[in-house]
Amino acid sequence: MPRLLRHALFILVPLIAALAIAPAVYGNHLLLFNLIVFMTLAQGINIVYGFTGYLPFGYVGFFGAGAYGFSLAVMHLHASPFAALALGALAALLLGLGLTPLFRLSGAYFAIASLAAALAVLQIVSNPALEHITNGPYGVSLSGVFDPSLAYAVALAILAGTVLLVIWLRNARFGLALQAIREDAISAGMAGINVVRGRVIAWLLAALIAGLTGGVYAWYISVFYPETVFSGEVTVFAIVFALFGGTATILGPILGVAILYGIYNAIGISTPQYFQLVYGLLIMGLVLFLPNGLVSLLRRRGVDVP
Amino acid sequence: MLIYTLLAGLLFGLYFSLMGLGLNLMFGVMRIVNLAHGDFLMLGAFLAFWLFNLFALNPIPGVAVAFALFLLAGLPLYYLLVPRLLAARDPEMLSFILFFGFSQVIEAVATIAFGTSERSIPGGSMARAAAAVASLLDLAYRPGPIAFLGQSFPVAWLAAGIVSALAVLLIYVYLYRTRLGYLTRAVMASREEAISTGIDVHRVSAIAFGIGIALAAVAGVFVPFMLGSITPAMGVDVTITSFAVIVIGSLGNPLGTVLGGILYGVSYMFMQSYYSSWANLLPYLLLIAVLLVRPSGLLGRQVRRA
Repeated sequence: MPRLLRHALFILVPLIAALAIAPAVYGNHLLLFNLIVFMTLAQGINIVYGFTGYLPFGYVGFFGAGAYGFSLAVMHLHASPFAALALGALAALLLGLGLTPLFRLSGAYFAIASLAAALAVLQIVSNPALEHITNGPYGVSLSGVFDPSLAYAVALAILAGTVLLVIWLRNARFGLALQAIREDAISAGMAGINVVRGRVIAWLLAALIAGLTGGVYAWYISVFYPETVFSGEVTVFAIVFALFGGTATILGPILGVAILYGIYNAIGISTPQYFQLVYGLLIMGLVLFLPNGLVSLLRRRGVDVP
Repeated sequence: MLIYTLLAGLLFGLYFSLMGLGLNLMFGVMRIVNLAHGDFLMLGAFLAFWLFNLFALNPIPGVAVAFALFLLAGLPLYYLLVPRLLAARDPEMLSFILFFGFSQVIEAVATIAFGTSERSIPGGSMARAAAAVASLLDLAYRPGPIAFLGQSFPVAWLAAGIVSALAVLLIYVYLYRTRLGYLTRAVMASREEAISTGIDVHRVSAIAFGIGIALAAVAGVFVPFMLGSITPAMGVDVTITSFAVIVIGSLGNPLGTVLGGILYGVSYMFMQSYYSSWANLLPYLLLIAVLLVRPSGLLGRQVRRA
């Protein structure tokens, strides 16, 4: 059996099946939905950071663009949720295209610039001067299209597509090419890999994933503020989850979200500052003691992790 | 109005340079991004607040206390965090996450210790300090705003401008006129070569780390006069502003920070005066614009790196 098919059968199918059945056995629907959202976003980070080495510290910009693209389509065009979702994804893709010049930067410069870009979009969306279009800082309300169970199913489909994409990247020449670019762009270029095209495709795929996720999030939540969908915590959560599991793998981000998001919810959010403290210490411990993620523990013992 | 805006922009620009200076020194020496920079600034502001309220210590001598305390605190912190971080595969990117976690920890601890109420130091304290300085220098001075080129400014703005300029000058003297500064510049130019020539890189870096944090604390002392009230959550915005300043100047070149700070301060004041509803967008747009036009910052290539 080819590796791609094996990975799809033994990782993707059980994951999606488990998340599809979960609402029937577990009562907290929102928590399960957030789990799907973060799994998708962590895989999006995995595609950019894991495979190309660029750390988009403003990844949430695409998520927010998707959420607002969706909301504006519903509010002003009275679009159906699916059409609005497509427009949200388009908004994120356009933002991604507009930001491709950032690839001229490297390392910390890129991370800071993408963070600034996300914050600039937030400032524009939440500006009171644009209240007649975006409703400014007062947020949006989409009660007309509210349908959590359908939104859950669509989010699950997006997750399935994303994981399938990562499975393909893990097994295809293109994924290897991206990793070669990450390790040494000049050598990769000499070996005949189109460096610019590879980076841009990975970037746009990640933007598309975050845009779709943002759109479906807006649909599910249906009432939110600009700060909710542009919160820097979304980026950091996604990065930390992906790193905790291990990047450039299929299983890493999935495990990372399942374990860490579970722990976060076990801590409870009744006292936000204690939660923040534990979560900050957890992040620091992760970087200092397990910088290559959970899968590195297995890899060190010679186990090949997909 | 024009002259006032320009001069106020210059004073704020000097202050913004001080805000960015420590962050830039750290990046230049260790190639790590201290996302907790704004939180050290916040801690410095709280120190000044408690010194003033508990011991009636004026913020101006408070500057010296803040510098000494934070320098001493920075040294063990360096050995606790940085050597382990630098041993990882991608320290520049991982530093983002590590220091994000650290900033969460600081913010949480500050919230637990100080609560979320907004605090400030009365502006009269600055006037008293100015009067003391004036009597020492035998100058005529009545408490109140200071007139300068036909415009009048709060004393605190002038004090912040002067202290900032002095700090920049001292850092210049440190880097270019002392032996330790010479070694620091060697580490900035190339860490590997510095190690191979027998420089105690960890000692040099630890001192740079301590100075970086101490400069943030010094800038923090002036927060109540320049940025508004002190709250535990103020760090994030400060960090972003500092980044805008140092990237405009040029990352890793501490003296470029002055140019970035003044450019930022003047354009900030012009936005505030003439176009205030979009003033918050400025740091992000300026940052992205400078990065795209000159990815290495305004002083990136002309000036030899430190």
